[in-house]
Amino acid sequence: MKAPSEHSTITNTVTATRQITFAQAINEALAEEMRRDPRVFVIGEDVAEAGTPFKVLSGLVDAFGSQRVIDSPISVAGITGIGAGAAMTGMRPVVDIMFGDFITLTMDQLVNQAAKIHYMSGGKLKVPMVLRTTLGATRRSAAQHSQSLHAWLSHIPGLKVVVPSTAYDAKGLLKSAIRDDNPVVFFEDKMMYQLKGPVPVDEYTIPLGVADVKRAGSDITLVATSSMVHIALAAADALQASDVSAEVIDVRTTSPLDKEMIIESAKKTSRAIVIDEGYERYGVTAEIASIIADGAFYYLDAPVKRMGAMDVPVPFSPVLEDQTVPTAEAVAEVAKRLCNKR
Amino acid sequence: MVHPKAKPASKKPVSTPSRDQALHFYRQMLKIRLFEEQVNQLYLGAKMPGLAHLYIGQEAVAVGVCEALRRDDYITSTHRGHGHCLAKGASVDRMFAELLGKAAGYCRGKGGSMHIADQDTGNLGANAIVGGSAGIATGAAMSAKMRGSDQVAACFFGEGALGQGLLYEVMNMASLWKLPVIYVCENNQYNEYTNYRETTAGEVAARAEAFGIHTETIEGQDVHLVHAKSLTLVERARRGEGPAFLHCNTYRFHGHHVGDVDRSYYRSKKEEEEWKSKRDPVKLLAEWLHKSEMADGKLLDQIEAEIAAHIKEAVQFALEAPYPDPNEVNQHVYA
Repeated sequence: MKAPSEHSTITNTVTATRQITFAQAINEALAEEMRRDPRVFVIGEDVAEAGTPFKVLSGLVDAFGSQRVIDSPISVAGITGIGAGAAMTGMRPVVDIMFGDFITLTMDQLVNQAAKIHYMSGGKLKVPMVLRTTLGATRRSAAQHSQSLHAWLSHIPGLKVVVPSTAYDAKGLLKSAIRDDNPVVFFEDKMMYQLKGPVPVDEYTIPLGVADVKRAGSDITLVATSSMVHIALAAADALQASDVSAEVIDVRTTSPLDKEMIIESAKKTSRAIVIDEGYERYGVTAEIASIIADGAFYYLDAPVKRMGAMDVPVPFSPVLEDQTVPTAEAVAEVAKRLCNKR
Repeated sequence: MVHPKAKPASKKPVSTPSRDQALHFYRQMLKIRLFEEQVNQLYLGAKMPGLAHLYIGQEAVAVGVCEALRRDDYITSTHRGHGHCLAKGASVDRMFAELLGKAAGYCRGKGGSMHIADQDTGNLGANAIVGGSAGIATGAAMSAKMRGSDQVAACFFGEGALGQGLLYEVMNMASLWKLPVIYVCENNQYNEYTNYRETTAGEVAARAEAFGIHTETIEGQDVHLVHAKSLTLVERARRGEGPAFLHCNTYRFHGHHVGDVDRSYYRSKKEEEEWKSKRDPVKLLAEWLHKSEMADGKLLDQIEAEIAAHIKEAVQFALEAPYPDPNEVNQHVYA
């Protein structure tokens, strides 16, 4: 495995920023990369004039034309395979899969083809493709439009998986994903599209495989992904009242995973909770908890706790659905217990 | 099932092939035949890890199609892919090396029989998922069109792939967007151990025609016919006139894989013998060369001896070649 190279992250220079939404950040990243590299194109269902049902791609077809922002039939496996073939032969496609649940339809093309082609060819062929899709429940969309299936793809050697939590991260990570020579699956939380955050005016990228301390603390580490970063931050706020100082680590990419930063934080705080919106069993939380247990065992004062989505198909009724995702209150409760606070 | 559009083997293509071309086709087909016979020997001698799916009997399809392509045109292949790789220009020594898991193989031993890829000859890879490469071939055609190159992609698959949905998704898009891709359906009559008539409703050609794709059904044992038809379809695609579907009737002389020896439960000896005696593409071409006085028995024997010697040398090379360094196991996971 090779570490990502030629990335520059914004450093100490004072950069002008403005507040834009997560969706605008995605849109900007795509527009910038399409301007920078004529090989980049977007393909998917209703990506052109409609700009996707979430309006994330609005305006791109006007700027780049229908030859580079391509409305496809509802052929989820087909566009993934076409993306792989185009990527192998000199293009850099960004395939839009409207809902993360539909990733199930891409599985052969993504897992058996795109992920393995570089390896199977002895390093000769490359698949520089990005597959953008979504995750996250609580939109009252029921069982087939609400899952967070990023753990499935994080399991597969050859794929990279990105789970950004802010507009700033989304933009910088998507630009890196497009420039990466590997297939990258990019998960966007549907609930986050309208969330605003500071984003530099100037261009920047964020390397894949580097986690981020979203909040520094000393008593407990909350390791979180995507939507759950905001839950962890809210829990950390609440924990202040109980005199618990929580550190929030945003992994940003589940593959490659910044094990070092996670382990170092757990060593420092001696306690950890891993929070992720994927199903809890066999999930991202299990992987990260195991890494902490291995890497920080002698520093831990409490068992590593995991909080994932409830292991049920996501129900429709709000009173049912809301129980299935970890909440800030629940995270704070578990944290207090681990820290022996009431 | 009768193929209404099937042309009899005896029907001559429009123009008579030149002697040079016909002899070249013969060499290419015989190379595949002898290569595959050697693969079987390696299996029987327990010198090859795993299994292989022999292409014997179908040589006219790979050679006829690939000879209509340029070196920079793309192909995608199947689990029964040795013939396609060789016909597109792969060398026998590195093919054998890959089959034996050696570092000198086309994929440094990481791919094996079912995953040989060779970008230098436009081969985007054999594929062990039935129908799995239809997306890749169509994407390569789309890429060629977007880049403004005049490359064409040929997507080889067996009639078993007609059962996979991906094929129909991408044929639809290829037709909508007039992509330069030729879908080459090699109907060797058997989906593994089941006759395709038991698995395939309606007419094969009608499936592609439903997408408005230009479709031809031909006798796949006649290399001149396959080549002439392919030339027309490839040049048509190169001119931007869109995809085509070439349905070639052919036959798998051996089993599904080298270990499939007892086949009586799914097809008769009589049927096999009939194809082998009357519709062997290599024999048919040899007879044609004789009849048209382009080659005599002596020349054909000489060609066979040359190819056999070349194969023998290549096998020796592969047997003696070193395995990859064990440290390579986790190289090439990521680019």
